[in-house]
Amino acid sequence: MKSLLIPTVAGVAFSLLAGSAGATSLEDVKAKGFIQCGVNTGLLGFSAPDDAGNWKGFDVDFCRAVAAAIFNDADAVKFTPLSAKDRFTALQSGEIDLLSRNTTWTMSRDTALGLAFGVVTYYDGQGFLIRSEDGITSALELSGAAVCVQQGTTTELNLADYFSRNNMELNPVVFEKLDEAIAAYDSGRCDAYTSDASQLYSVRLTLKNPDDSIILPEIISKEPLGPVVRQGDEEWFNIMKWVGFALLDAEELGINQANVEEMKSSDNPEIRRILGVDGTFGEDIGLSNDWVVNIISKVGNYGEIFERNVGSGSPLQIARGLNALWTKGGIQYAPPIR
Amino acid sequence: MAIQDMAPESGVRGPVRNSLLYDPKVRGVVVQVLLAVGLVVFFWWVIDNARENLERANIASGFDFLWSRAGFAISQSLISYTSDDSYARAFVVGLLNTLLVGLLGVVLATILGVLAGVARLSRNWLIAGIAAVYVETFRNVPVLLQLLFWYKAVLAVLPGPRQAIALPVGSNLSNRGLLLPWPIAEPGFSDTLMALLVAIVLAVGVGIWARRRQLATGRPFPAFWTGLGLIILLPIVVFLVTGAPLTLSYPELKGFNFVGGLHIQPEFVALLLGLSIYTATFIAEIVRAGILAVARGQSEAAHALGLRSGPTLRLVIIPQAMRVIIPPLTNQYLNLIKNSSLAVAVGYPDLVSVFAGTVLNQTGQAVEAILLTMLVYLTISIATSLFMNWFNNRVALVER
Repeated sequence: MKSLLIPTVAGVAFSLLAGSAGATSLEDVKAKGFIQCGVNTGLLGFSAPDDAGNWKGFDVDFCRAVAAAIFNDADAVKFTPLSAKDRFTALQSGEIDLLSRNTTWTMSRDTALGLAFGVVTYYDGQGFLIRSEDGITSALELSGAAVCVQQGTTTELNLADYFSRNNMELNPVVFEKLDEAIAAYDSGRCDAYTSDASQLYSVRLTLKNPDDSIILPEIISKEPLGPVVRQGDEEWFNIMKWVGFALLDAEELGINQANVEEMKSSDNPEIRRILGVDGTFGEDIGLSNDWVVNIISKVGNYGEIFERNVGSGSPLQIARGLNALWTKGGIQYAPPIR
Repeated sequence: MAIQDMAPESGVRGPVRNSLLYDPKVRGVVVQVLLAVGLVVFFWWVIDNARENLERANIASGFDFLWSRAGFAISQSLISYTSDDSYARAFVVGLLNTLLVGLLGVVLATILGVLAGVARLSRNWLIAGIAAVYVETFRNVPVLLQLLFWYKAVLAVLPGPRQAIALPVGSNLSNRGLLLPWPIAEPGFSDTLMALLVAIVLAVGVGIWARRRQLATGRPFPAFWTGLGLIILLPIVVFLVTGAPLTLSYPELKGFNFVGGLHIQPEFVALLLGLSIYTATFIAEIVRAGILAVARGQSEAAHALGLRSGPTLRLVIIPQAMRVIIPPLTNQYLNLIKNSSLAVAVGYPDLVSVFAGTVLNQTGQAVEAILLTMLVYLTISIATSLFMNWFNNRVALVER
């Protein structure tokens, strides 16, 4: 009981005892000199420590982008690895400043849980990983299957919905930790492992025999993933949102890590605005005017982050798909900076 | 000497100290009242602060969520449950799963513990040695690791459902668990249950009569065997007379999994094994200590009175050992029940996993979910303590 409950109880105790916080999140973060960012405990490509113990991944890079925007230092981040179950309590209680942990934007989370979503960094959907020897080709043939799933996720709910909607019998085996769920699938306890499709690509690579498992074509849900902050701090919320938009706008305008410095002398008014040559957009959200220059030079634009961590530059080889820019057939579309 | 010297002195000072300030009774009351007020203020502050903080953070609060649709599935349930049921029903499902593993764990740990405890006292070197190795190994490894070990061990050894190991009478074993044929009652089966009830009442009656007769005349009567015969034979006779109204449902492999029969899941087995084997080591030591605590002279005296070793153990040794065994045994039972909350590590849907895990996360109402869960464990633990205290009073040495 103790070991599993400590994070939750600590969170509850904190929300019970914490006095009224005076400073805003941005002031807090500036005062301590780093961002406390909640990430996944280990999901290859999205958030996982490398050989040297440095956190790497798509979600991790979002934290780094926010740090670069504030401190002009992508390493001014401390990471708190969180299980799906503990993540919201950690954010609600103030243990972390920002949650960037492949978290689905849903109405109840955005309202009743006291959280605030603002930008979708990854359009995802739930899929199934199965062993090819079972010889099925559709998720509709999964009736009666034992399905391993991680606790405290939208996945757990979608799974029950999908099976009852299609009159199929479900035998879920629910684990608190991702690696326990995967281990159970790998040992044959479950016929299928279900999760967001992006995760399935990552999980498949960590199996004993990746080639024995396939991902079914069905996507059974909408999973818009994005970073989260607490409700009630508009300044901090705006920073999270606009760092996300700036990454997309930069890619759209062709600004990348290599050319960001020379782009500053561009004649294009849109580029001049986003890079802070014209206007005071950075100062208006409590940052410096060259905030986007800092983000792009330290972390790169959205496309670079994607390809480096989960796309063609990574073992996952996930295609951009829905996550391509709207100008290139995807649905990633950010409001303009003006 | 010093005390005697002081006595007259304090007598002289008596009138001076007679003010309320020095009255121990008044002082005691004042301190207690202050402490009580302090506690009330503290808790009022905590609750008010929590309410205010939750409100400011726009987090929903209250217990209304218990009645909304749960929307998630649970793998093992003693009562009927679907994802359309409410969070409250999911709570009950989790609670029953916790009680099931707690109850069976306590029984199994007690049996195993008593056997190991007695074995360690055996004069047979091999038996005592095996018991000692078992106790020293399993009580010195953290229970969470043992749970994971049993789960991985169970899963690693067993084949998939299509290659399931066939066992007698239609049972089989695979990494989906142990599947057993399960009786399904047909109309008329209630007569057999009634017969069982009647037999139990009769057996208790015979026991009371035999005891009275022995006290009055000194003649013993084999009440235990008579009672056991009644309880076994009477329901069987009624069962056969009413035409055996029971059919067996056999597990069958359909598609991915087995349908029908009783399904014992590997998660449950791993948790039950892990908890029982761990707790039994402590119980073994308690039993050993209890038996060693009875002086050797007691059994020698019993033998001298002509009692054989069976009655000596039952009437002389065990009743005295129980006085030493029961109080620490209560602690072990409480430990086992509380440790069952590690279930989520092996995927067993107990109360903590279902309610303080999934429900907490889906509703975001951490304070309410954790409070309810803690209240449940408190209630279970206090109930266990009260029962064991009652039992302890029954076996306590009656002093005259």
